[in-house]
Amino acid sequence: MTDFVAPGQPGSKVTYLPRYDHWINGKYEKPDSGQYFENVTPVTGKVFCDVARGNAKDIDKALDAAHAAAPAWGKTSATARAIILNKIADRMEANVEAIAVAETWENGKPIREALYVDIPLAIDHFRYFAAAIRAQEGSAGELDEDTVAYHFHEPLGVVGQIIPWNFPILMAVWKLAPALAAGNCVVLKPAEQTPVSIMFLMDLIKDLLPDGVVNIVNGFGVEAGKPLASSPRIAKIAFTGETSTGRLIMQYASENIIPVTLELGGKSPNIFFGDVAAENDAFYDKALEGFTMFAVNQGEVCTCPSRGLIDTKMYDKFLGDVTARTNAIKQGHPLDLSTMIGAQASTDQLEKILSYLDIGKKEGAKVITGGERADLGGELSGGYYVMPTIFEGHNKMRIFQEEIFGPVVSVTKFDGFDNAMEIANDSLYGLGAGVWTRDMNTAYRAGRAIQAGRVWTNCYHAYPAGAAFGGYKASGIGRENHKMMLDHYQQTKNLLVSYSPNKLGFF
Amino acid sequence: MPLPSRVDYTPETAELLLKLTKINGPLMFHQSGGCCDGSSPMCYLKGEFRVGGADVLIGELMITDIAEPIQVWMSASQFEYWKHTHLTIDVVVGRGGGFSLESPEGKRFLIRSRLFTDEEWAILESSPVKTGA
Repeated sequence: MTDFVAPGQPGSKVTYLPRYDHWINGKYEKPDSGQYFENVTPVTGKVFCDVARGNAKDIDKALDAAHAAAPAWGKTSATARAIILNKIADRMEANVEAIAVAETWENGKPIREALYVDIPLAIDHFRYFAAAIRAQEGSAGELDEDTVAYHFHEPLGVVGQIIPWNFPILMAVWKLAPALAAGNCVVLKPAEQTPVSIMFLMDLIKDLLPDGVVNIVNGFGVEAGKPLASSPRIAKIAFTGETSTGRLIMQYASENIIPVTLELGGKSPNIFFGDVAAENDAFYDKALEGFTMFAVNQGEVCTCPSRGLIDTKMYDKFLGDVTARTNAIKQGHPLDLSTMIGAQASTDQLEKILSYLDIGKKEGAKVITGGERADLGGELSGGYYVMPTIFEGHNKMRIFQEEIFGPVVSVTKFDGFDNAMEIANDSLYGLGAGVWTRDMNTAYRAGRAIQAGRVWTNCYHAYPAGAAFGGYKASGIGRENHKMMLDHYQQTKNLLVSYSPNKLGFF
Repeated sequence: MPLPSRVDYTPETAELLLKLTKINGPLMFHQSGGCCDGSSPMCYLKGEFRVGGADVLIGELMITDIAEPIQVWMSASQFEYWKHTHLTIDVVVGRGGGFSLESPEGKRFLIRSRLFTDEEWAILESSPVKTGA
């Protein structure tokens, strides 16, 4: 018996519908194709519902609804929109356990993460942007005695958003909250690996939003995501995913001359300077936990600290201690509160991770711990579980350069500050990084030298609203999780006004 | 020794590519990087993905019953980190990802890798790859 009951079982907080249609214009709409695809829980590998297989016609229908709703929604006061966002947050808070169970069942993550991290962050995100839009002001610039430049924020109109499968609800909310706060209507395409937890949330909050303001079309990327990203009827596209699709989306956006925001992943270094081990105290314990954060969400995080850079001065001791900490990770049923690592989100993700464990070994990396698929027995035998894995090798190996998106960290040693920075920056990506040291001067210099958008300093994997998140280099364009995100969803209107009754004198 | 291939395919891949060609027309691959569905070879309609000077052509798959070779591309910067490994495009059960054409088939292209032998590498190291410029 697990701490939380699986959806559909007697006593569960969640009952998924047997079949999900699209959510368009405030109601469920059957897919144009009449076709549905199966949705599998990675916890057991079994199908638990069917999902509408959307196509370009469904996207068009959703765009029709969004365009019909946009003029009125864009003219609502910031106050009115903030009230709605706050009501959504309140509704989610009242149902936090149900939403967490729904997300865990679809994604495979441990319930403690969904319950205490993902969903509370999503709730807070609506509140943050409710506050941000209330506090946002335009400006009036007195350019000279008779001339004033007024700046107003206006919504873009209708925007497209494509959501990843690693945090199906939180990543949707990271995009929805600023877009809605800014007065836009949305057509959202969830990942085909996790299509319905967001539908479960939508069902809970559907009475709070006017019809057509949020529309959700499910389906495969090529059949539903591509028509959305390439539509001339969107004013902006936001995408979280990988680099080839990111480039394609930019290519489509260039055809329509619309802005894009892209979050395309990373290969984040987590750097531990030698003074970390100067004492065996609470801070040392915190640093060991910080290393072990590679197992958060089964490693399926764009900022997974997947490269462990350890000072040669404490290498053996630290590696021994973090290996012990990693070996203490409890792998189990995702619906048990004591479970620390759950299931990988899909069978193809599992296969990809296994292919990296294979090339890591072939390249000569040493497996310190893990390195295999895990069979947890019973009903979980069909699920997608991988042992938390530590590799030891060097930074030119592919396991140090590619995002495995699994519970795998590749460890190497560095000798001195400059060497640490050189290794840290030897990557195509620049999304996240971690710096651990007792010396704040070292921490500051390292934080500024690392080419990454987010440098966690003596912490890792915290995502509070108000801390800008986004990438350098191939990790993407734009920032999320901060009020500056409003700019990504707004036009700037300038009224340049002359209060002089007199002509210029040119003509 | 002739120029060793950098990228090969399995019989299952050939079968799926033949099916996708019949449905869609001529195809291409671009090897992805980054998060979520990153590291997967993305299969597109030929010409759908615009390649340029920042991409390299790592191979052309000659498949029985498919008229033209299927080009396999990768970002040049990514190739710098991958070039010492031989790639095989395989197929597993899955859901595709991004805008790759195989997802409706319930399949997923997957890269399997091995290190080049010293003999292969001796030839490849001095053989330039073509860019998309």
